[in-house]
Amino acid sequence: MDILLLNIIVLVYILAVGYLGYRGWKETCNSSDYMVAGRKIHPYVMAMSYGATFISTSAIVGFGGTAGLFGMGLLWLTFLNIFVGIFIAFVVFGKRTRKMGYNLSAMTFPELLARRFDSRFIQYFSGLVIFLGMPMYASVVLIGAARFIETTLAINFDLALLFFSVIIAAYVVLGGLKGVMYTDALQATIMFVGMAFLLLMTYSHLGGIAAAHQALTDLAPLVPANLAAMGHLGWTAMPASGSAWWWTLISSLVLGVGIGVLAMPQLVVRFMTVKSGRELNRAVLIGGVFILMMTGVAFVVGALSNVYFVQHDSVIAIAAASGNSDSIIPVYINRAMPEWFVYVFMLTLLAAAMSTLSSQFHAQGTAVGRDVYETLVGVRGGRSILITRIGIIIAVVVAVILGYLLPPSIIAPGTAIFFGLCAAAFLPMYACALFWKRATRAGAIAGLVTGTFVSLFWLVFVHQKEAVPLGIAKMILGRDVLISAMPWPVVDPIVVALPLAFLVTVAVSLATQPPKAEHVEKCFEGIE
Amino acid sequence: MEIFELSRFGGTMLGINDPWILGVYLLSVLSALLCVGYGLVNWNRGGEKEPEEIRDEVSWEKGETSMEEKELGL
Repeated sequence: MDILLLNIIVLVYILAVGYLGYRGWKETCNSSDYMVAGRKIHPYVMAMSYGATFISTSAIVGFGGTAGLFGMGLLWLTFLNIFVGIFIAFVVFGKRTRKMGYNLSAMTFPELLARRFDSRFIQYFSGLVIFLGMPMYASVVLIGAARFIETTLAINFDLALLFFSVIIAAYVVLGGLKGVMYTDALQATIMFVGMAFLLLMTYSHLGGIAAAHQALTDLAPLVPANLAAMGHLGWTAMPASGSAWWWTLISSLVLGVGIGVLAMPQLVVRFMTVKSGRELNRAVLIGGVFILMMTGVAFVVGALSNVYFVQHDSVIAIAAASGNSDSIIPVYINRAMPEWFVYVFMLTLLAAAMSTLSSQFHAQGTAVGRDVYETLVGVRGGRSILITRIGIIIAVVVAVILGYLLPPSIIAPGTAIFFGLCAAAFLPMYACALFWKRATRAGAIAGLVTGTFVSLFWLVFVHQKEAVPLGIAKMILGRDVLISAMPWPVVDPIVVALPLAFLVTVAVSLATQPPKAEHVEKCFEGIE
Repeated sequence: MEIFELSRFGGTMLGINDPWILGVYLLSVLSALLCVGYGLVNWNRGGEKEPEEIRDEVSWEKGETSMEEKELGL
């Protein structure tokens, strides 16, 4: 590999990102520009930015590697990513969110909910959940990117982490959401091209779609005994019903990540960046194809890498990657793809990490600046941008410090914790805010608090994957998890916390006085 | 590149035996096509004006009518 050439390609890319960040900065005049990109974003930029924020490096490399290990069952996640994460999100949730955000002049996701239910508590509590829950998720992405820079560009890890954070911080702090979305659109375009080539080359290498799948189906007898014991029945077969892997696949991946995406603050805010429902209609088209090209390709190629490795090295993918599923995709790319594509793919991964991180930093900055600080202090207006900028810098610094401090075992569950928390805490309140005029402030608050604490309790005491590395259950109860009988240790918090939070929201709303008709009318103006 | 091996359609379709996996493979593609179809059909729909703009227009129309009534005696 030519390190000099790769460094030049990355430099050109960074310059392009810098230019787009600069354009965002030039076009930012007020807090509406800074927080909701002036509500006039082009549908292509909106859809690509939503997609690039949605899909991080870990969705491609991490989950792609999981598909290499367990097979195509992960495609259920792709289906939900497209059907729920794009179609339902844009058509059903997005249009109402945009309209209501406009009616209430909301600039952040917590602000939308707070104004809908006329409650300051909702705004700062949600802001706190985002600000405290997101740093671990952001550091996972940040560390991944820094490790990647370290190994590919031959730059020291600590330096890479710092350098990378400074670049992102610069364009997020200066360019606001416009800077973030313009750069996202460039990054998404790179990602799309990279993944499209990966799919084409993999299928053509393995003799076509059906032949490649058939070869993978025929590998079923090679499933190692330890994976078979977890329910693995082959790479083109669903895991055995009720097995440990089946529960993880269905509850954590499919429900947790697939449904949880509806209430991710950094994604919801994008609905408020477009001028009308027409832009969202157009964005659906682009978003659907984009997500298919991201997770669909990653999971299919991850699974099919087994065929390549068996044909060339007589071992399955996980063995070729020395037992680390995160290495399956990189090892496959290095072995099976031409050298020029290795460069393209590295840029794809860098773009995926940067686009996700920039939005996380922006969401955290607005959460701590506008939602927590301004709401608690009671000031509004003039200094909003400045306070949000300080918030973003705090978010970047926290993520970098966590990146240096946290051991990998604690960091890994970071993404799951944040997805689970967002879904349980925000989704019931958000869905009721948009679709149920009878929902009350007390109901929303009760659901928010229930969702937050039940899902935290489940993560700390019941769900093995987080409870064991966190070690709090062990410290207090003297054992790893509260209930050790199957399937509870592998049931994702979302399965319990989300329905419970929904029930509480509805029950408390029905038991309390309905909200004032004129306020509800104002929220729903123009929404049929 | 042989993309679809039609001869296989009788036994295994697209080389996948498990109907749940074959189903979700096709569902993923179909859901992306649904997004494309929805986007194309509604390409120009939903570009409605904001209530504010509509109010502005209504009040302008009203002003215009009353002006015409006053000045032109219509």
